[in-house]
Amino acid sequence: MSAVLEAHGLVKRYPRSQTNAVDGLSMVVREGSCFGLLGPNGAGKTTTVEMLEGILTPDAGMIHYRGAPLGKSFQERTGIQFQDTALQEHLTVRELLGLFGALYPSPLDPAELAVLCELGELLDRDPKTLSGGQRQRVFLALALVNDPDVVFLDEPTTGLDPQARRNFWELARSIKRRGKTVILTTHYMEEAYALCDEVAIVDSGRIIAQGMPDTLLKEHFDGVTIELPKADFKAPQTGVPGDIVERGDTVELMTSQVDAALEALKRGGSSLAHLRVRARTLEDLFLHLTGRELRE
Amino acid sequence: MMRRIWAVFIARNKEFMRDRGALGWNLMFPFFVVFGMAFAFSDKGEDIFKVGVVGEVSGLPARFAATKYLNFVPFESLDVAEGKLRHHQLDILLRPGPPLEYWVNESAPKGYLAERLLLGGGAAGLSVIRREVSGRPIRYVDWLVSGLLSMNMMFSALFGVGYVLVRYRKTGVLKRLKATPLRAAEFLAAQVMSRLVLSMGVFTVVYHGADFFLHFERLGSLFDLYLIFLLGSACLVSLGLLVAARVTSEELAGGLLNMLSWPMMFLSGVWFSLEGAPRPLRLLADAMPLTHLIDAARAVMTEGATLAQVSAHLWTLGAMTAVFLAVGAWTFRWE
Repeated sequence: MSAVLEAHGLVKRYPRSQTNAVDGLSMVVREGSCFGLLGPNGAGKTTTVEMLEGILTPDAGMIHYRGAPLGKSFQERTGIQFQDTALQEHLTVRELLGLFGALYPSPLDPAELAVLCELGELLDRDPKTLSGGQRQRVFLALALVNDPDVVFLDEPTTGLDPQARRNFWELARSIKRRGKTVILTTHYMEEAYALCDEVAIVDSGRIIAQGMPDTLLKEHFDGVTIELPKADFKAPQTGVPGDIVERGDTVELMTSQVDAALEALKRGGSSLAHLRVRARTLEDLFLHLTGRELRE
Repeated sequence: MMRRIWAVFIARNKEFMRDRGALGWNLMFPFFVVFGMAFAFSDKGEDIFKVGVVGEVSGLPARFAATKYLNFVPFESLDVAEGKLRHHQLDILLRPGPPLEYWVNESAPKGYLAERLLLGGGAAGLSVIRREVSGRPIRYVDWLVSGLLSMNMMFSALFGVGYVLVRYRKTGVLKRLKATPLRAAEFLAAQVMSRLVLSMGVFTVVYHGADFFLHFERLGSLFDLYLIFLLGSACLVSLGLLVAARVTSEELAGGLLNMLSWPMMFLSGVWFSLEGAPRPLRLLADAMPLTHLIDAARAVMTEGATLAQVSAHLWTLGAMTAVFLAVGAWTFRWE
């Protein structure tokens, strides 16, 4: 698959800031894929996508769309769902779709958009009266109004309840099925895992790991996570294979040698009655790479 | 391009028309002010007779000239003086003779008294020629209405465009639009057009609505009046645009807009004439677009001026509009 969007050495520094918000970041987004920027709040994800969108100008580095620098036509080929945005007031969803459609040379039919984003009953309502999940669907429809090749979704499910989030994931998948390239930022690792073909884990304006989610996990981890309630855990005298991390009321043991680890725990006097074993996640990976939690 | 401007223009109009509070306020406020002022100043009686004199005051009969409580106002042109008499701004008009000519307005009670005074005392025994004019008085409200409507237009333009743009920028409406092919100039053109149409709509409703009850005495052409207000509105809207070109804080925008609108409200001749004001004040007033709008509109209303006669004001408004628009569009930032 060919590269649709390519960035090299992106740097962005905000005035009165000691450090670069984005600090020499490079990435390649392949045609028709879903590329995820995963990282904690303040990692530089939004600054990065806003440079990719052409909204912000990088202080250094280059961005190419299909092999050429971003030009005027780029805006006609992209759709953006911003993290923080507002719409003109007192307009219905239908009127907003009409307004934004009129700004592009060949917009999608509003009826088709309504089906695609499940806006059926919402068309004649004022977005102010909609729930968070409904409003995000409206914003998604506006991002798709020009039938773009590349769709940017900046933290689209932040603040949504789990059901609305899963509903939104379905919409995102259906967009991908239409052959569109999706660039997603999120601080939900399960979202990145559910939607992305490729993720870049961002911290302090740099990519610290990048690849297919499963490949990344395999690269960095071999094995599973064993969880014990903190009260049941007693640190063994002899060595335990793997890392031990405390998370709230839980102690986690990340290991590839499950038998040896369980032996060691039993020898140390830990109770294994409430033991749980789970697969490693991108969240574990972030902790592993940075020593910090993804959501702090 | 026109399609994009039209789409934003229509959206902005809908937004305004559906904001019941704003619409109501934009229509009711000027009505309140016009009617309030009309009633507050309905009886503006003065116990002094105004005597217009075409020619030398010294040529008047000495006894009449020496009468107390007469205020003699010299005129060079008979036409101008007659116009004032017709609208009750003079009580009697004299041209020293011999024979002494005088003009009175039959429908003015003070004109009748002034005539008695002249014939009974001042000019007894002299040969006089009597001439009549007729016409309704120009009341304070006829004079004031241009200023009130202009002031209302100023607030609507400055806050309706300036403040709204800053709010758009702060909440991210502008950022959302920036991500579309819409150009800044197209967006701004739509905002200006929308406010022009709405402003003129409000002007039409308020002017004719108030006219229905108060029967304004308008001497000039209604078409000219509309044209002047259209140009004035364009100028004030452009000023609002300039203020909002890159401000991101609503507080700062509010402060700037107040800083502009308050001096204009008091110093551009809305409430009282600036004739005879100190020169520095007059210079300051001349720098304000509102002054030129009010002066031009008032000249058409109360003096029957033509567009050619107020062309200096119109050129000034036009030039200000061009400068405000150019600088505003040039410095405009979406974010």
